[in-house]
Amino acid sequence: MKPESKLHISPVFSELLNAIPHGIAYLDTNLCVVVMNRFLEIMTGYSTAEARGIYSEFIFRSNLGNKNQMSREVLDRGEAVSVDGNIINRQRKKIPIHFTLSCLHDEQGQPAGFLIVLEDISVLKSVESKHQGLAEETGILGHSPQMAKVFELMSVLARTDASVLITGETGTGKDMIAEALHESSQRARQPFIKVNCGALPEALLESELFGHVKGAFTGAVTETVGMFRLAHKGTIFLTEIGDLSLPLQVKLLSVLDDQEFFPVGGSKKVKVDVRIIAATHCSLRQEVQQGRFREDLFYRLNVLHLHMPPLRERDGDIRLLLDHFLRHFSGKLGRGITAFTKKAIDVLGRYRYPGNVRELRNIAEYSANICQGKKVGTKDLPQYLFQAAEESSAKAPVIVVPPMVSLSREQAQPMAKMDGGWTGIEKEMIVDALRKTGGNRSKAADLLGWGRTTLWRKLKKYKMA
Amino acid sequence: MITTRGDFVSPRFDLSPEVLIATYYDQELLEEPRSIIVSDVSAETICDLALKENVAMVICGGIEEQHYQFLTWKKITVIDSVIGPYTEVLQLAMNNTLKSGMILPGATSKEVAS
Repeated sequence: MKPESKLHISPVFSELLNAIPHGIAYLDTNLCVVVMNRFLEIMTGYSTAEARGIYSEFIFRSNLGNKNQMSREVLDRGEAVSVDGNIINRQRKKIPIHFTLSCLHDEQGQPAGFLIVLEDISVLKSVESKHQGLAEETGILGHSPQMAKVFELMSVLARTDASVLITGETGTGKDMIAEALHESSQRARQPFIKVNCGALPEALLESELFGHVKGAFTGAVTETVGMFRLAHKGTIFLTEIGDLSLPLQVKLLSVLDDQEFFPVGGSKKVKVDVRIIAATHCSLRQEVQQGRFREDLFYRLNVLHLHMPPLRERDGDIRLLLDHFLRHFSGKLGRGITAFTKKAIDVLGRYRYPGNVRELRNIAEYSANICQGKKVGTKDLPQYLFQAAEESSAKAPVIVVPPMVSLSREQAQPMAKMDGGWTGIEKEMIVDALRKTGGNRSKAADLLGWGRTTLWRKLKKYKMA
Repeated sequence: MITTRGDFVSPRFDLSPEVLIATYYDQELLEEPRSIIVSDVSAETICDLALKENVAMVICGGIEEQHYQFLTWKKITVIDSVIGPYTEVLQLAMNNTLKSGMILPGATSKEVAS
């Protein structure tokens, strides 16, 4: 009696196969099915009775090459092989599978049969793609619980068409989140228009947003459609919405309510279908309390709210991002830099990153450029990190600084006056950066890891402009 | 249209290197079946081919739900999970007795493997 037929009739063998929580099939040397366990029967949709004697490829329908190429190689060489692939079952479902193919031998060492194990890895794949997908599609990295919440919320927000308000400190990735929301929404194929409300004077911004007709004002020699009409059927992203003037807030509110507006100098209403995503670094609620932001517009924008946590509150993400950006810049510059030294990591771990991810990215870029060895040491880090660390450690025993976001302006001012505090450090950093760049604001902003607008705002805030 | 590999219905629709197109009327072939080699093998290419050739029926092995739905949405009858030599499959199709999931004799011999 041939070995396969011995196994075929043995109920113990069948029971043994059924006890294993993966799909298993025993094939003869012609690669025809002898027996399959219950798990594989469910996976493929074929019972052993139906499949017995049939060439295995017709039953498994895998993508492991034509005419069971791989199985034949395993039979010839006698060595087991593990490989990832997929099958399409009788229910028309494609299942990712980890295959293990091994040859069985008889007492004389001759091939007696073939064992194939099919491990369903669909759960593993879906988790992998979920993580990779988010990271790759959005370019936003983060494994901290705070970011997990953001990702979770993002998938919900992408499915709706309501207005979204994104808040968070400078450099936390508000722009990237807005773009990711648009890309994963139903409007993804339509335009995504970004407007910085803080970058333009009021009159210009109005014309920029709503367009103007020819002759609306001096110099309006042609008609302009404006950002709202450009974003028709797509998404308009209004960043630094907190800097929007009160009259423009009124106009924006009417657009949000009626989805129509008059262009500057125009007498004909324009109807648009636009989703609005707004972002701000400041607390709009406080702005409302202080009368600088309209309450009705705030509630209209705040339909869905997403807060980006500052980097210092994202547990474990600093290390992740440092490694990511170092790898990125090291590859880009063609350097073989592999990691940060432990001392450098200590310094970087203690730093508070007022410029958040943008600043961290710039630190990694600076280090990748400066470092001459394989590992980034403390000497390869920007000097201002040490100054900030020294100052904060010198002041640490005296002052307990509450989280920045919880400070109101009134609370923050006396503290700044009292000891210089963060404001002092920030002022020094700005002066230092401007000195280093010979007064070039763009370069200074880059050096500080801020956007140009942020630097301009801070200069204005500290009356340094 | 039958998706084929060698003398058999191809085990997978999306990995079929060849398709056979036959025209019949009243259980009789109107012309010699044509064989088309699929360039750039994929389910999408074969779906396009089925539309381009204006076929009424697709006979195949394993097919993914999305492609099955696409073809049926395009008013093409799909008989899938068929195992067996394509000549016999064609005969059954012409006799109107071919059903999804049918396993025909001939897929059990070692000739398949050779």
